[in-house]
Amino acid sequence: MDSIIKKICAGDVRSASRLIRDIEDKIPEARAKIKKLYAHTGKSFIIGITGAPGAGKSTLTDALITELRKQNKTIGVLAVDPTSPFTGGAILGDRIRMQRHAEDTGVFVRSLATRGALGGLSHAAGNAIHVMEAMGKDIIIVETVGIGQQEIDIINHAHSVAVVLVPGMGDEIQTMKAGLMEIADIFVINKANRAGAKQLQTELTSMLNLSPKTADGWKPPIVIIGDAFKPDSFAEDIAQLAQKIEEHHIYLQQSGKLTERMHRKAMAEIKDALAACLLEPVLESLTVSGELEHFAEKIKSRKADPYSVAEEITQRFFKNQDKK
Amino acid sequence: MPERKIRVMVAKPGLDGHDRGARILARCFRDAGFEVVYTGCHQTPEQIAAAAIQEDVDLVGLSCLSGAHRVLFPRVVEILREKDAQDITVIGGGIIPEQDFPALYSSGIKAIFTPGASLDSIVEWIRTNIKPH
Repeated sequence: MDSIIKKICAGDVRSASRLIRDIEDKIPEARAKIKKLYAHTGKSFIIGITGAPGAGKSTLTDALITELRKQNKTIGVLAVDPTSPFTGGAILGDRIRMQRHAEDTGVFVRSLATRGALGGLSHAAGNAIHVMEAMGKDIIIVETVGIGQQEIDIINHAHSVAVVLVPGMGDEIQTMKAGLMEIADIFVINKANRAGAKQLQTELTSMLNLSPKTADGWKPPIVIIGDAFKPDSFAEDIAQLAQKIEEHHIYLQQSGKLTERMHRKAMAEIKDALAACLLEPVLESLTVSGELEHFAEKIKSRKADPYSVAEEITQRFFKNQDKK
Repeated sequence: MPERKIRVMVAKPGLDGHDRGARILARCFRDAGFEVVYTGCHQTPEQIAAAAIQEDVDLVGLSCLSGAHRVLFPRVVEILREKDAQDITVIGGGIIPEQDFPALYSSGIKAIFTPGASLDSIVEWIRTNIKPH
């Protein structure tokens, strides 16, 4: 197993991608590998790109890769697309926009399906990031699934979050709402060649002027990105975006906020790991034994309530733990 | 024991922009419960092989309607072998004359589907022949 860890740390794509697969499929051995890998993680800068479906996240990611490669940074990309709630299948199509980087050995793009996760990422995202960190990627870009207002798990994983907006998605009340509009370290108004971009910019600016976040020394900049079919001006806009991300990185380091974010990340990781160690095995054994079905029947016919069932299961589980 | 999800990639090598068939297949694989990476048109065999390895897919389905399959399909298999990824199965489809089948099979293409092949038969072939890594 140690040879796998060595290979990943040496940047081997095959081993890394295979481990990400094992994490996604929840293969038990993957957890042991992550434990060994963990000491080699935590050195990459992680950028989150989030926004509505079709806002242009993949196209922006592709262009950012080009820009960052000019600076000789090595890059990992995790691109998340939705899993069907009906068949479990998924179309992973973000990669289409990034295929021109396929042969660049400094770029590793891996698609993930959400597999039931509702926070805009996949359950495997956190550990997939760790695998890319262990590979030594300077920068990891995490592109979320197309999201709405509240799927903001990205803040537990990324150091800098860019929220991508497009004109024509609603009036200024939308900019006041909690959730997505609060998490941006950088706002992107994409497809700004379309009608309504100026208005969106005005609304965002006035929202930001009211925001208490300005008090801590960082006011989220608004980056305007125009027509992606005009390569020269588009590249300039993307350079501007890369510049703002870099400024935010420097701000995080100088203000001590980076440590704060790492702390938030660690908290989220403990919670995830606890769920994996406590809840999942319990559910798994109840499913295998058929008891889960049995409990559901009892609750359905009102012979039991969900809380009593959960308490009974919990007590039994802890008794077993004591015996061990 | 957790269940392995089948991951496939649908790719169009070469100068061929007709991807209706490839898209229908991608959709059909999605509905069969597979995770499908679609790379779009105009891909070089090198791009396809690199993407297949990065995505750790079990299967690459190549679609070609331009007549260049005898060069492009075997090249994908060859690069996968060079990169020690021969466990990734490669199948092909499109306008492929029957007399080309033997050469493609001997180059390592595991199955060929031509116009008229039903979606079900392709999914069935994958379910029977692909054991996820």
